[in-house]
Amino acid sequence: MDRFRVAAVVTLRRSIADVQGTTVEQALHALGFRAIENVRIGKYVEMEIRAASAEEAHRHAEQACQRLLANPVIEDYQILAVTPAVAKEVP
Amino acid sequence: MKFGIVVFPGSNCDWDVYWAVRAGLGEEAEFLWHKEESIPGDIDCVVLPGGFSYGDYLRSGAIARFAPIMGAVARFARAGGLVLGICNGFQILCEAGLLPGAFLRNRQLRFVCRSVFVRVERSDTPFTNLLQPGAVLRLPVAHGEGNYYAEPSVLRELERRGQILFRYCDAAGQLTEDANPNGSVANIAGVLSPEGNVLGMMPHPERACETLLGGTDGLTVFESLQRHCTMAVATSAVL
Repeated sequence: MDRFRVAAVVTLRRSIADVQGTTVEQALHALGFRAIENVRIGKYVEMEIRAASAEEAHRHAEQACQRLLANPVIEDYQILAVTPAVAKEVP
Repeated sequence: MKFGIVVFPGSNCDWDVYWAVRAGLGEEAEFLWHKEESIPGDIDCVVLPGGFSYGDYLRSGAIARFAPIMGAVARFARAGGLVLGICNGFQILCEAGLLPGAFLRNRQLRFVCRSVFVRVERSDTPFTNLLQPGAVLRLPVAHGEGNYYAEPSVLRELERRGQILFRYCDAAGQLTEDANPNGSVANIAGVLSPEGNVLGMMPHPERACETLLGGTDGLTVFESLQRHCTMAVATSAVL
């Protein structure tokens, strides 16, 4: 059994106004970052998953997103990366 | 009648509900710990009180919905039992799928803590049978994520089935944008299940049960439940 580090990002669905993102975008514009548009704020979840393969780790993360990490009524999720993780040594 | 008040780690309106039921209404109440797996047989109405269950980590209500007691609450609701979710309790009911929709952060991104007016849309429910449609209640709200959202198709169904029980309004009962404290779609402040036995509401009726605390409009919700249960007992005695 290997250990994988998996990162997932949860954001509000595109169809839903993201007031936090809009407010941050306005602040960026006030600072002169005129080129920046469509700012969306989300949640970043990093987890380590024990699995036989990267595909299995991805599957676990997918299920975690569907079950708990994202609420499909208002949120979308994206699994960003599955990379090998070094197992923590047991003292 | 007897109320069962669910206590999650982080619930903070459990005692307010207890006080409203005991001192305000004169009925019985007991606390139900979140690790319980059943609802005692003598409970007529389960209340999910306000607070910040599990610190509101991830999303409000997202973790509480998986507490052992929630399976029992779902079974209780399916069997026709009365369930009232207030504030965080409403959020938990939505996360659990016992009510449709979900909650976003307040439109103005600030926690709102003040009294608001809500319009009663129906009187033929266990929660509002002492009120007339169009009646205006003054109730406190206190939340940061009270911006109710349901997608357009769900919203149409809610309207069609009359599942919207309370809407934010002004003192005259008009549904204005200014009267909406959080940006909720269609000024929604309270939603019923299709069968009408589960209610979620963002305002706190339990905090408006005595004049000393600024009003008694909230007591009518509990008195309606009392009347509903008394009449149910009377009906079953006749049958």
